[in-house]
Amino acid sequence: MIEFRGVTKQFPDGTVAVAGVDIVMPPHKTTVLVGSSGSGKTTLLRMINRMVDPTSGQVLIDGADVATVDPVRLRRGIGYVMQNSGLLPHRKVVDNIATVPLLRGTSKAEARAHALELLDTVGLDRSLADRYPSQLSGGQQQRVGVARGLAVDPNILLMDEPFGAVDPIVRAELQQELLRLQGELGKTVVFVTHDIDEAFLLGDQVVIMQQGGKISQAASPTEILANPADDFVADFVGANRGKRALHLAQVDGRSVVVDADGRPAGILAQ
Amino acid sequence: MNWLWSNLDQVGELILVHLALSVPAIILSFVFSVPIGWVAHRSRWAHSVLLSLVALLYAVPSLALFIALPAVTGLTLRSPVNLVIALTLYGMAVMVRTAADAFDAVERDVLQSATAMGYSTTGRFWVVELPLAGPVLLSGLRVVAVSTVSLATVGAVIGVQSLGSLFTDGFQRGIEVEIIAGIVATIALALGLDWVLVHVGRLLMPWSRPEVKNVRGEPTPVVKRVDVA
Repeated sequence: MIEFRGVTKQFPDGTVAVAGVDIVMPPHKTTVLVGSSGSGKTTLLRMINRMVDPTSGQVLIDGADVATVDPVRLRRGIGYVMQNSGLLPHRKVVDNIATVPLLRGTSKAEARAHALELLDTVGLDRSLADRYPSQLSGGQQQRVGVARGLAVDPNILLMDEPFGAVDPIVRAELQQELLRLQGELGKTVVFVTHDIDEAFLLGDQVVIMQQGGKISQAASPTEILANPADDFVADFVGANRGKRALHLAQVDGRSVVVDADGRPAGILAQ
Repeated sequence: MNWLWSNLDQVGELILVHLALSVPAIILSFVFSVPIGWVAHRSRWAHSVLLSLVALLYAVPSLALFIALPAVTGLTLRSPVNLVIALTLYGMAVMVRTAADAFDAVERDVLQSATAMGYSTTGRFWVVELPLAGPVLLSGLRVVAVSTVSLATVGAVIGVQSLGSLFTDGFQRGIEVEIIAGIVATIALALGLDWVLVHVGRLLMPWSRPEVKNVRGEPTPVVKRVDVA
């Protein structure tokens, strides 16, 4: 479990990225931080592995304040996946995946063997192991990034807009893949995105953040749609428009669900 | 041509002497420039100060530097060490700037991800930052190698033996072949060193070879779905 207690981050230039955040991210669930740029979602994520230290307040992992843990040690125990994969371009795929186990002192042979298994886990062919990242497609690089994040079997997996730079088709594929993996592995995932659809698809808990680093609402996707906390949230999730503003139309005695433009979205199951 | 055949030994010896002057200067300028370039890359203030200094260094006429150095080092004018120091300084004038550029060119994303993986600051420098700066560092080193070999010939004017001695001697005695032999040997030596550097670079940085970078986009297999055991 990850817990933020009254966390504020003000950068030296005066910008307040995160303002007085209290939030609990439950274990074995996916928490998605969503908001437009400048809402402090990435800063919030980076405070978990001490890439950023809060100006005030506490971040706790299973009750222990992360400020008391050596950052390098802490990071070696937390999976991290970022946009554009962040793979080391001078290391082969297999060595990229084995990076953290090697840093933690696992033998090279063992780390490489495990890396090959992880290629299977993320649905990549083992023949890619000896390639360099630049020889992979964007989607494949992201899969390798996920494999690397999972390499030490961490309890916590931080994902910073991991699918932000791939095309929509690959993105949908990767999202499904993450849902499958999460179903099997049950990590405590913290996922950052600016895409509310992605947030609703992946999140058990969705945290909607607004400018100035404040949380507008943290709840399940269903709860947010049913009871948006304020106008900002309602507007952000588009509860009153487009494909979310569904209503029923009766056709030959059956209820058809149509969207705001009158286009059919499906049949109401009885 | 007769001169060349009867003096092949001397040309061969001068090539070795020339190497003994240039190679230490090339290595030293690289070794000194990388940390200075790294400091320039880290701080905006250091960047402007250090790069102005090395630019100034390059503006000093070589003969003047050769003659002024003994006053600082206390060595005699004709000591090869003086020449090596001067060549090192000129090499640094090029290399410091390139080194700063090389570290600037390393992607921030990659460094951030290395930090997130749990590299310590020093670990990250040796394992990630320095290797990734490698291709740009190598391009700078190649320029330094070639320019050092060519600049070392100037030492002949102040009496330090090198391939440049073939120019001065050829001029004084009016032997055209000797001058040409000096020029050809200097160029050959520069090209030879460059060749060595390129190949060492390919060995040390296989990931930066053009053929590795160009295969992107070739269809690669993605296994549809494999369950975790």
